[in-house]
Amino acid sequence: MDYTEWLACPPYGWTQTEKEGRYLPYFKELTAYHRQHCPAYGRALRAFSYNEAAAVTLSQLPMLPITLFKLLPLKSIPDKAVFKTLVSSGTTGQSVSRIFLDAATAQYQQLTLYAILKDYFGSQRLPMLIIDSPSILTDRRRFNARGAAILGFSMFAKKKYYALTDTLELNIETVRTFAETYKNQPVLIFGFTFMIWKYLCQAAEGKKENFDFSNAFVLHGGGWKKMQDQAVSAAAYKDRLKNQFNISRVHNYYGMTEQTGCIYMECEYGHLHASIFSDILVRQPSDFSVCPPGQSGILQVLSPMAVSYPGHSILTEDMGTLLGTDDCPCGRKGNYFRVDGRIPQAEIRGCSDTHV
Amino acid sequence: MTNAEKYDTLFMTNFKLTKDQLPGLKYRAIPLWDSMGHMTLMEEVEDTFDISIDTPDVLSFSSYEKGMEILRKYGVSI
Repeated sequence: MDYTEWLACPPYGWTQTEKEGRYLPYFKELTAYHRQHCPAYGRALRAFSYNEAAAVTLSQLPMLPITLFKLLPLKSIPDKAVFKTLVSSGTTGQSVSRIFLDAATAQYQQLTLYAILKDYFGSQRLPMLIIDSPSILTDRRRFNARGAAILGFSMFAKKKYYALTDTLELNIETVRTFAETYKNQPVLIFGFTFMIWKYLCQAAEGKKENFDFSNAFVLHGGGWKKMQDQAVSAAAYKDRLKNQFNISRVHNYYGMTEQTGCIYMECEYGHLHASIFSDILVRQPSDFSVCPPGQSGILQVLSPMAVSYPGHSILTEDMGTLLGTDDCPCGRKGNYFRVDGRIPQAEIRGCSDTHV
Repeated sequence: MTNAEKYDTLFMTNFKLTKDQLPGLKYRAIPLWDSMGHMTLMEEVEDTFDISIDTPDVLSFSSYEKGMEILRKYGVSI
């Protein structure tokens, strides 16, 4: 199987049946590969009593609890092949995941992200306003999740403007320059869900400043927990961006450091979509069996890109609900879902939520 | 400075290399040519040669030589 062939396919063009037909043999191969190259993963499979021959559906393949990436340095490549280590978000005192990438996996991630974003924003590079401070990208050897996400997305941007100062103050001059320079063309505003709310919406209001961003796409991700704490729903979030800045194209995304690149984008109908580059399963918290559509459970994520580390099948600490398959009115095939928040008592770790 | 010299200078300055280390150099082969280094390089290439590179070309700009090929596509004689 050559992943680069998949990269040439339309990112939402496979029906679920077609996708599972391609995924199953590939994931079995990938599981065997990691078992051979990552001793700790091999031990985990023995502990799970994984029987490859008996696995006839994707849901029967083994999954690693996401916590293991915090406890162990899991990798399927020699140390000298490690090109980049990604570090997950986590507030002070919480442990972080470490994800080891070689050059090939890093490249797959970048190409995959591009294939997905192109479906929403086209292939032109847009000027980008980043609702964060430039100091987020300091140590290039160890990006934290926020830094990695900003860097990953800005690869597709033309000119980058950071809207916040190092002390997270809204830099009115920069935002105004951005708005005026690019008022007649599409632009991208990127940031973490909570950062946009607090440091753009609320800060601009506090300073009695207003901007017309009717030409903008907003792309935001990183977790809703802090918004829920403030009782701000997804609908209220969108309304605010519309009323305050005249922005009507707002896309949330769901993704994680442990599977960088294959993000789940929110479509025009408010649904998060799995592209051909990843998939989700929803599990009952009681026995980990697969939940029927419409029932909330724990999200499991699958990514065929995870070759340098055994992260191709991960049980997350997020709750979610499968909303449907192949039949979203937006026309994208495959599974679509919503995220219902963190499983109770899970540590706080969304990118957007780790800024306290 | 010729275009080739300008091009080499961008690589040498950004990645702290000497001229003889440039032939055969690949994206992600050295720590400094990572995604952050790539982004800076792309911005400087665009400014230096006054061109605007599309995303597919940003992503296929995978080596020192491939970069020159891409520049020619944008009408830069190098």
